[in-house]
Amino acid sequence: MSEINLTIDGRQVKAEPGMTVLEVARREGIDIPTLCHHEKLEAFGGCRLCMVEVESRGRTSYAVSCLYPVAPDIAVRTRSEKVDKIRKLLVEELMAHAPDAPELVTLAREYGADRNRFAREASFCVLCGLCVRYCDEVKKKNAVSFFDNGAVRQIKFVPEVAKNECWNCQECFAICPTSYAQAAYLLTEALAFPGQHQSVKRATKAAARKRVVIPIAPVPMTA
Amino acid sequence: MPKFQSAAELEAFRAQILASRSASKPCIAVCAGAACDGLDSAAVAAAFIAAAQPLADQVEVRTTGCHGYCEKGPNVVVTPGDICYFEVSPADVPEILQATIKGEVVERLVYHDPNTGAKAVHMSEVPFYKHQTRLLTGDNPKIDPMKIDDYLALGGYAALVKALTSMSPQQVLDEVKKANLRGRGGGGFPAGLKWETTRNAPEKTKYVIVNGHEGESAAFMDRAMLTGNPHKVLEGLIIGAYAIGAQKGFMYTRHDMPLLEKHVRNALAQAAEYGLLGKNILGTGFDFECELHFDVGIFVSGESSALMRSIEGNAPEPRPKYIRTSVSGIWDKPSNLNNVETWANVPQIINQGADWFTSIGTEKSKGTKLVSLSGHVVNSGIVEVPMGTPLRTLVFDIGGGVRDGKTLKAIHFGGAMGGSIPADLIDAPLDFDGMSKLGAPIGAGGLLLMDEDTDMVEVARYLMDFLTKESCGKCVPCREGMAQMLQILTRITEGQGEPGDIERLQDLIDVTGVASLCALGKTSGDPLKSMFRYFKPEYEARIASGSATK
Repeated sequence: MSEINLTIDGRQVKAEPGMTVLEVARREGIDIPTLCHHEKLEAFGGCRLCMVEVESRGRTSYAVSCLYPVAPDIAVRTRSEKVDKIRKLLVEELMAHAPDAPELVTLAREYGADRNRFAREASFCVLCGLCVRYCDEVKKKNAVSFFDNGAVRQIKFVPEVAKNECWNCQECFAICPTSYAQAAYLLTEALAFPGQHQSVKRATKAAARKRVVIPIAPVPMTA
Repeated sequence: MPKFQSAAELEAFRAQILASRSASKPCIAVCAGAACDGLDSAAVAAAFIAAAQPLADQVEVRTTGCHGYCEKGPNVVVTPGDICYFEVSPADVPEILQATIKGEVVERLVYHDPNTGAKAVHMSEVPFYKHQTRLLTGDNPKIDPMKIDDYLALGGYAALVKALTSMSPQQVLDEVKKANLRGRGGGGFPAGLKWETTRNAPEKTKYVIVNGHEGESAAFMDRAMLTGNPHKVLEGLIIGAYAIGAQKGFMYTRHDMPLLEKHVRNALAQAAEYGLLGKNILGTGFDFECELHFDVGIFVSGESSALMRSIEGNAPEPRPKYIRTSVSGIWDKPSNLNNVETWANVPQIINQGADWFTSIGTEKSKGTKLVSLSGHVVNSGIVEVPMGTPLRTLVFDIGGGVRDGKTLKAIHFGGAMGGSIPADLIDAPLDFDGMSKLGAPIGAGGLLLMDEDTDMVEVARYLMDFLTKESCGKCVPCREGMAQMLQILTRITEGQGEPGDIERLQDLIDVTGVASLCALGKTSGDPLKSMFRYFKPEYEARIASGSATK
């Protein structure tokens, strides 16, 4: 297949067919913010922060760059008044739930978002779905899942699965932008199977012998 | 039961049905549509069936789909003559039966004009029906939806015969394109162009789908169409499959309508039994099968990509459509989705030709449109009028005007993702593009009348509340944007509006409209947008005065 020529922020770039605008931009060192994107996972298109302006055949449209396939002769603008307005408002909406999440705080600074713009509802989860999709696509365990829909959607750990799988993994804790995944897991454990997972029993016995503290810090993830 | 091996066999069978039926033998048609059913038309039908049993050689009783005049149900229509009886109760049955046999009319049960008292006996004289052009729904009172023979007796499946035996798939496609049949589901996208995209997509396996997931608030015409005349929709689908080159179809509909399910299931089984579905249809070598599929009870599953995810067995979450579903849909195969009403239009286009079809309607919107009339209207019901009909005709001539002698404040079209226009735009014609420009797109066709006492903030809050619950929650602007809009609107209705609320709402509308993943989110702010266009002073006054909704 032949190379595709397009421009991103005025710069001529080449891409392979099938690549997304986000992939090409990142390769070129052009920054586009994302919250629900992870290179090990299928693109989700949920957070919409990576939205860019695409000019194709004289028509301007707005598309999420994590899913938008490169096409010949399109002109992509990663920043514009409208793009910035979209990102600002999306960050403001998410800050109603997780006002101190580090990634959101950084984005708020960049886009001038007001963390108090909308009525607070501190659920702490921004529903990026990283934990859900990581557990599904990479670990193939589905220990954590989306429940319900619309504004009441939430993530929940499935106790029957989590009991056996989560303690030795904890990988989703590290990729969660708000630490909510970890909190949700611990809550599930405390409510549904306190101290019952096999490894914690082992770890407790071992800890009693060695007098060490049971680790709970997120396991660092290898990229 | 016959399994037709050829078109000739089907036509011979049709002739046999017609010969066995006498046009002069009276037939009493009892409406079993959703509204009449709610008024216990089943008891009326049962009474007729019991009373007519000893008179089987003199009179026939038929339970049918929706007649349209929901306001005055249970509806009964007697042929010949299309004598309309309204608000019929089981107690009226013996009188109607006797009169029918004698060729008389029960005067007290016919239509009486509420203002003049003038009587209207026949359907063609009843104001509600008189101003309509019932090309799609006109057959409903003549068909028992459980009987394919009733549909055949009215010329059913003749269009399929014509398409399969005398037209190439390309010719069928060209005819639909020429007819400029535009999708009735909301967008008004030309069906022929969509068909062509799927037909030209390289994959060999292709699907056709009936979107019977009518979830729009105040829309109930697809339900009437599919429940009342399922074979018409199925015939359209089979013809479409032939034109597109699809081997398999899906009817996607709601899980919560038992009568609809019963009728569609039965229609599919009968069509298969007659050889109109399956292998080598009518001996032409064309194979097509159709599967019935149900939703999981959420509005967004009517969105095309979510619907296709649902058919695959996944959660109905929309997918971004940078590659169209007509190219990559169910299991990434080209999938052509049209709404119930769109498919129902296909047989008549094939039968009577594109030139006939384009003679009805406006320059860019052809044919008739089904409209669900409800709200503060005198005559609620299902209406079918040519495109281009002024809203005034719908509201006053057919709808009988505003209930309780009040004045009209607004007309809302298109349900929770539609828009409201003020009463002074009532002479606007019913037209896809014209109504969109006014900010009240036809959508699927739910027309809601609002009288002078209507609180426009409350209307927007109500619609937003509906959509907030029906969003899948996958993307931020839809999930969060709508929740915030709902919260602000709720505050205003409670008399707690704040300065800056209008600007906050405006920003939310703008971003949600551009950034959302699917049409549900993208159009969720449209009602509010139309309100800001026409009724903004009402919002400003409510915020300034801090008055709560009464």
